[in-house]
Amino acid sequence: MKGTDLISRAKNTWCPGCGNFAIQHALKDLLAEMDEDRTLPLERVILVAGIGQHGKLFDFMNLNGFYALHGRTIPVAAGIRLANPDLTVICVTGDGDSYAEGLDHLVFAAKRNLDITVLVHDNRVYGLTTGQFTPTSPYGYRGHSTPAGEQERPLNPPGLMLASGATFIGRGYTGRRGELKDLIREALLHKGFSFVDILQVCATYNNLTSYYNERVYTWPRGDEGDLRAAQEKAGEWDYSTDARIGLGVMYRRTAPTFEESYPVPAPLSPAEKDGWVARVMGERS
Amino acid sequence: MEAGEVSVLIGGKAGEGISSAGQVIARLLGQLGYRVHMHFDYPSLIKGGHNFAIVRGAGEPIGAVRNRVDLLLALDQETLRVHEWRLGGSGVVVCNSDTVKCPPGIGIPVQSILASEAAPAVMGNSAMLGAFARAAGMDWALAEQVFSRSFLKETARNLRIARKGYDASGERLRIQPLGKAPLPAFTGNEAMGIGLVEAGLGVYLSYPMSPTSNLMHFLAARADEARVRVIQPESEIAVILMALGCAYAGTRAAVGTSGGGFSLMVEALGLAGMAELPALIVLGQRAGPSTGLATYTAQADLEFAIHAGHGEFPRLVIAPGDANEARGWIRVAMDLAWKYQLPALFLPDRIICEGMYSLDPVATPGYRAGPVLADPGVHTYYRYALTDTGISPLRFPPAKGELVRVNSHAHDPDGTTTEEPGITRAMAEKRHRKMAGLARELEGLHPVKVAGDPDARTAILCWGSNKGVCGELGERLGLRAVRPVALWPFPEGSFAEAMDGVDRFYGVETNETGQLTRLVRAFGYQASGMVLKYDGRAFMVDELEQELRKVLT
Repeated sequence: MKGTDLISRAKNTWCPGCGNFAIQHALKDLLAEMDEDRTLPLERVILVAGIGQHGKLFDFMNLNGFYALHGRTIPVAAGIRLANPDLTVICVTGDGDSYAEGLDHLVFAAKRNLDITVLVHDNRVYGLTTGQFTPTSPYGYRGHSTPAGEQERPLNPPGLMLASGATFIGRGYTGRRGELKDLIREALLHKGFSFVDILQVCATYNNLTSYYNERVYTWPRGDEGDLRAAQEKAGEWDYSTDARIGLGVMYRRTAPTFEESYPVPAPLSPAEKDGWVARVMGERS
Repeated sequence: MEAGEVSVLIGGKAGEGISSAGQVIARLLGQLGYRVHMHFDYPSLIKGGHNFAIVRGAGEPIGAVRNRVDLLLALDQETLRVHEWRLGGSGVVVCNSDTVKCPPGIGIPVQSILASEAAPAVMGNSAMLGAFARAAGMDWALAEQVFSRSFLKETARNLRIARKGYDASGERLRIQPLGKAPLPAFTGNEAMGIGLVEAGLGVYLSYPMSPTSNLMHFLAARADEARVRVIQPESEIAVILMALGCAYAGTRAAVGTSGGGFSLMVEALGLAGMAELPALIVLGQRAGPSTGLATYTAQADLEFAIHAGHGEFPRLVIAPGDANEARGWIRVAMDLAWKYQLPALFLPDRIICEGMYSLDPVATPGYRAGPVLADPGVHTYYRYALTDTGISPLRFPPAKGELVRVNSHAHDPDGTTTEEPGITRAMAEKRHRKMAGLARELEGLHPVKVAGDPDARTAILCWGSNKGVCGELGERLGLRAVRPVALWPFPEGSFAEAMDGVDRFYGVETNETGQLTRLVRAFGYQASGMVLKYDGRAFMVDELEQELRKVLT
């Protein structure tokens, strides 16, 4: 399996320069490598996509998948994992998708330590619907729905995930594709809920390339299990005011997963089923 | 007493174990060979307030109760105040003489009995149950046998309390044993739980909501032995989407809710339709709109169930008429949802969900169908292969060398998004073709029931829990009682057969506008009138008889 085999024949409709390409190619290279060394056989990978520019990744890649609804990737992923914990589920979602419409699911997946990987294509703008502000747009963002500038402060997603109990939190940047690929690998290998906020350049509506390039740096390794250190990292930049922007693994710890708490029972055989029904009826006679 | 039947009401405050006492009465009557129905009425609160259960036993299966009762068991004054009128001339009152100003009848010093056993107030119902058994002319041996199997906690103390109640009571009427094999009684919720396990359920998902919460509780209490997982997600939106994730990966899931929760599921209902994912949704109807009457009944979600969701997609809608049909048809709904890869809506109303019924040993109909699976030897797999039946064979991941892709957008056979008009139309027609096969298969399952006098030229048309009351009154008044169990696709052929020779018919529904009566009009059947009830309460047999006599004359 070569990475290029993972790119589908569907016509790519992202804008030239879109940060989604970097995510697509990081994922393609990574999954091909992991299939090659059998750390993650491709047939066990399920891509669950929301609705937004990010969601087109479903069409552009040759992977098992579930092209779901806006904001609703995570509960679908939970169902897949409940049904078959041998499957590895990658949710690709957008910032509108997971921070607005489906925020509750994100918080609960972290709370439950659902063993999935959530990659948020955080371009901080609605691309598919032509440039309205999202929950992570910078304060004062001017779009078609906020011509005078948005008056809400943005969410801080890694901080929110830390407070929600996520066991793996990372931040990537589409301008650093190599690091992004390594970060996603760590997220996939983490047993438990893995959250990666990917700062993604939107070439058309919110091109923050030079803003990011001037501010990003890579967090030093070694203190990922330290909650206080993680809180500091999360608070360093509030997604609006000027600050250094750290990248990499913000926090990591181990905890029992949702799936471990609800182990898959083998179904009853027909004879066992009849026996069960007879027992239940007998209790009432 | 009506010949061959008996009705008992027990009432008290919420928290006094009225429902469980009613269940024990149902069990006692069951032991005497009666077929029972219990109707439990409670306001939406946890402690205090007035709760009552009416238990009726008869020689034949029943699914309705009467206003008139033969025995009134009053744990408090409120029960007497609210229900004394139900006794008529001949009924017997058994009341707690320590707290109630008792009319002539049987007074049981419940508080004194409890004090003698240093027992908590909640055990007072055991004293009343003992008193009931004596008043109804039952031997202590029979009563003790049922009580000892019913009092699962503090069995010995509860039995002593029941015995003291028995001794303080006196025989007033003798409920004749019928000599029939006893049948156990279950609520519709429990019967659906049994049916779901029989249907191969893997995962049950629900967000708590009356009147289906007890279905979740039933399965959760037996999850290990029944090998199902019971999950309570953050919202009904998550509930249905998790179920669709399970379906994608090949596991049978079911969800339970009521109208408000189903409203939240509607977006995902369309997803199930478009992505062709089997889903089984139990929509236990209660009185709306909005929060409505949280613990009371209605049949007002039929049109909602048939039309919910934007766009056009196939679905199955089934409304069982009692606990037996709830158990048998929920399996039909599950199998058909999987065979045709579509959402199935299962519509009991609160009367069925929380009412108790004698349950037959074997489920009917005994329909079985497996999903259509793809041949794993055939490459390339197309999740949405175009077929004559409209059914695209299923595969589940992992499938080495193949891709399993489902999509909420219009899509190609391999699941990739398309906006091309030709394939859009072909896929819409493929989905629609499934309805033809589904409709044919339903017609073979006797989806329209006829009760009462099958040759009568005057009919009453009903659905859901009105099965019981309409069947009885059909017999009594010489009417044909026609009732579709399958409501969508509407079983036109079976309905025409059931209505053959009918000159006039009247809709009987627990809603304000006659939703089924309106539905059949689209197929050319015009009702002569309707009897509708929309106050949250079920039709009582004697009440509906009066109403029907009015419209029929």
